[in-house]
Amino acid sequence: MSEITNTRSLRGSIVLLRVLIGWHFLYEGIIKLYNPDWTALGYLSSAQGPFKQVFYAMTNQSFIGWIDGLNMAALIIVGLTFSLGFSEKKGAFIAIGLLAMYYLAHPPFPWLIQINTEGNYWFVNKNLIELAACLIIYQYPTGKYFGLDRFFKMNKKENK
Amino acid sequence: MKWTRRDVLKGLGGLPIVGGIWWAGAANSLLSSQERSEILAQLNIEPSLPSPIQSIDGPPIRVGIIGFGIRGEQLCRSLGFATKEWLSDMEKEAIENSKHTALKDFLSTDKLNVRLVGVCDVFDKRAEKAINSFNTEENKIKRYKTHLEMIESGDVDAVIIATPDHWHAPMSIDALNSNIHVYVEKPMTHSIEETYRLKEAAQNSSARFMVGHQHRQTLSFKTAQDIIEKGTLGHISMIQTNTNRNDDNGAWNYTIEEEANEQTIDWNQFLGNAPNVPFNQEHFFRWRKWWAYGSGLSGDLLTHDYDRLNCVMNMGIPGSVIASGGIYTHNDGRNVPDVMQVNMEFPDYNIGSSQEKGKEKGMTFIYSATLGNGFNRPTILMGHDATMELGNRLTIWPDGSSTKYANLLEANKMNPSIPIYQYDPGANIPDSISSATSQYFADKGLMWTYIDGMKVDSTYLHLREWLSSIKNGGELSCGIKEGFEEAIAAHMAGLSYKLGRKIEWNSIDEVIIPIEGVNFDQVLLSNV
Repeated sequence: MSEITNTRSLRGSIVLLRVLIGWHFLYEGIIKLYNPDWTALGYLSSAQGPFKQVFYAMTNQSFIGWIDGLNMAALIIVGLTFSLGFSEKKGAFIAIGLLAMYYLAHPPFPWLIQINTEGNYWFVNKNLIELAACLIIYQYPTGKYFGLDRFFKMNKKENK
Repeated sequence: MKWTRRDVLKGLGGLPIVGGIWWAGAANSLLSSQERSEILAQLNIEPSLPSPIQSIDGPPIRVGIIGFGIRGEQLCRSLGFATKEWLSDMEKEAIENSKHTALKDFLSTDKLNVRLVGVCDVFDKRAEKAINSFNTEENKIKRYKTHLEMIESGDVDAVIIATPDHWHAPMSIDALNSNIHVYVEKPMTHSIEETYRLKEAAQNSSARFMVGHQHRQTLSFKTAQDIIEKGTLGHISMIQTNTNRNDDNGAWNYTIEEEANEQTIDWNQFLGNAPNVPFNQEHFFRWRKWWAYGSGLSGDLLTHDYDRLNCVMNMGIPGSVIASGGIYTHNDGRNVPDVMQVNMEFPDYNIGSSQEKGKEKGMTFIYSATLGNGFNRPTILMGHDATMELGNRLTIWPDGSSTKYANLLEANKMNPSIPIYQYDPGANIPDSISSATSQYFADKGLMWTYIDGMKVDSTYLHLREWLSSIKNGGELSCGIKEGFEEAIAAHMAGLSYKLGRKIEWNSIDEVIIPIEGVNFDQVLLSNV
């Protein structure tokens, strides 16, 4: 196993995965940042599945502004850490939490009606796959190979 | 430390990616919002705000309810009085479904400065239900056997009339003659003759008279008024509006209560001016199915759509009407049609045009109804420059051959398949609506409106406007003028259906042009 993980091509693939996920998150965050009309209200208020009550509770008028702001900030933070390659473990942790919520708000369970989905899903959807990919990023940070961590790590080495 | 060229490339490689994404996201968002602002600036539509209502100060207005059936109960609820039965049902609903907010909405509505002091219903069970729920220490409520008894008691300032149609005008006239304020359900009258008598009574009375077309409070309709006045749609040559229902409730087959019999119902009083027939439970509970008490699709549901559009377009009484239809989906002994098409002609309608002067004038209003299919056909206003879909939401699409938007269409800034304007005051608010019929009313903007994103019962707003005007005076949004236009338009449609011929309006003398040998009221009220 260690032989495989050490190969440069695998490392390169994970860097690519990380940058693409970062790209995805960042763009979503930026679009929301520049659209003053955007709100998660519709997504939350149409939530389904075992946790729907939790999501409905978030639509409360006194929280929704915070929820929108936090979602936007989380998307941008994940986007920046992944594409720039620093603090990826923290970024991946946030991403996993965010994706778990997206997944649970509209879980692709066969007994629920699938609304606004562009494909066909049975328990597994793209949110869940992206979440699994973030688990890899979490366990295998690559910022020191491609990213700002390359400098941080070098500084640390020198300081020792 | 020493950074090699390779270190810099690999360390900062993410920066151009971030820059690119940031730029793309911002540019796309800004570009689309800029294009939108450009279109919006050109359209110059101002979403309406609720009109300020003067507060209802002083001693509470003493209100009597005449007719405590389905609608009577709803009206009392909007007034702030819900029955114990309803409160407990809604509590259960709210426990089962957290999106069911009927109880919460009721409790959070500001209380109106009224006392419900009297109830008049010919069915003992209903009158007792009201007394049982509303009679408290602070609010004493009394039952009156007849509407006259209530009006003449000196204990009520205002009455709400929610009876079968054939009682609307007689009761309204009696109340107005005694200077008691009236809120009457639609249609305002049951015959042509009483339409004129009621108009006179309202004009001669010092009391305030309001017809219960509550959608006049819907903000999207007020916004639609602005849109039409500004010529956004260009010359409107056609309006399509529809009724589509496919359930028992929607076809007026309401529940027959077992307690109903000749001992518990004052049958003669129910009949009033209707033909004398033996006691009949079906007639009592499902009166909308017979011309003797109700007005069929033309009086019951066309009036909603007609008044909705009269409120938006102010088109008045049609020059002529042709209607047809039949009993095709509920052949259950009723004599009012359950499928009906009404074409109303407004040959002089003109609110301005984007084309050369004189080219465009006149409009047809098409009402198409079936009680045998529930597919939602929206209300569409078709203009030379754009099309508007009107409901609680409203949406405008530009027309591909528009004169007004030709340049924007040419420059691909507008596209006939993409709306140029959408007004949804309740965007993304989760609603839970219980039945197909209430969904029908909700889609049409007849049940509620949104103010600052909060769902507000439009009947409450309509009643509040009436009550406020009782205390403070001021124009009513659906007074005798609007009620007269609604009633005449509906009666013309009913007559045309029954006679199978065109019915015309003389706008100078304000009369339906007579047809030799035909007594219009006799035809309208006859049970055939």
